[in-house]
Amino acid sequence: MLKIGDFQFHSRLLLGTGKYPDFDVQKQAVEVSETEVLTFAVRRMNIFDPVQPNFLEKIDLQKYRFLPNTAGAKNAEEAVRIAKLADASGLCDMIKVEVIGCDKTLLPDPVETLRATEMLLEEGFTVLPYTSDDVVLARKLEELGAHAIMPGASPIGSGQGIINPLNLKFIIEQADVPVIVDAGIGSPCDAAYAMELGADGVLLNTAVSGAKDPVKMAEAMKLAIEAGRLGYEAGRIGRKQYAAASSPKEGISVVE
Amino acid sequence: MKLIINGEDLELNEDVKNIEELITVLGLTDKSLIVEHNQSILKKQEHSVTAVTDGDQLEIVHFVGGG
Repeated sequence: MLKIGDFQFHSRLLLGTGKYPDFDVQKQAVEVSETEVLTFAVRRMNIFDPVQPNFLEKIDLQKYRFLPNTAGAKNAEEAVRIAKLADASGLCDMIKVEVIGCDKTLLPDPVETLRATEMLLEEGFTVLPYTSDDVVLARKLEELGAHAIMPGASPIGSGQGIINPLNLKFIIEQADVPVIVDAGIGSPCDAAYAMELGADGVLLNTAVSGAKDPVKMAEAMKLAIEAGRLGYEAGRIGRKQYAAASSPKEGISVVE
Repeated sequence: MKLIINGEDLELNEDVKNIEELITVLGLTDKSLIVEHNQSILKKQEHSVTAVTDGDQLEIVHFVGGG
């Protein structure tokens, strides 16, 4: 079970809702993934287009917990405002702090992320900060009281996978709250790797929504995360430099 | 009555007294939306008791896909 704040989840896959080809594909992908947590962004509504459809109208709201993000915020104050807007919807179970500090890399601003986390914790939110893979920053976020730590595997939407497994492992080892690897996952092997490193969950979006077949990829990610978790719990073998035969050396039948 | 909604000026001819009526006039009644009225974020139950007056500044936002 994955426990974040007061919530418990069977699934360790948290799924983003951006950039799907259409709502039907998205709905199928979400169902197949068996995720229990969906992320959203808060944006201005086009008030001149009353018929604009929304994905939230397509799904059974009771089946999911919602993790809106503060994407678009450049500083802590903006993040808090977006979080409060999300909260006023009544569909905000947890909040993903996302304060971007660099438009090109979309890497998070560590100082503002820390400030926003502190401010939102004071407001009583269940706070999951998206952070870089900085080990000390992750520790400081946890010390503030963050309910989970969400280090990026690599830049958002880049699909580069885990570029610093060592840092992720350090973050996972030191943490007493769940560590959710968020951003940069490209393929099922990346997701499985994150779980094998000991991550408590994976948050991904583009890897599924941008796949040639998003529904199939959603299933692949579900299975990869389950496999990675099982592998972590089972405990992998140590690495040796040379071979070690699996078959016994004794009793080999040879023609003399 | 002139309102500023999502940064744009909107001239309203209809008689609109509160946020709930404004949402109806805009045809957004069944939408899952969040309203910020003059920098104050409103809960849904506050829509019917929050008066709208000339020159008010409103942000109407909703959830969109995101990661």
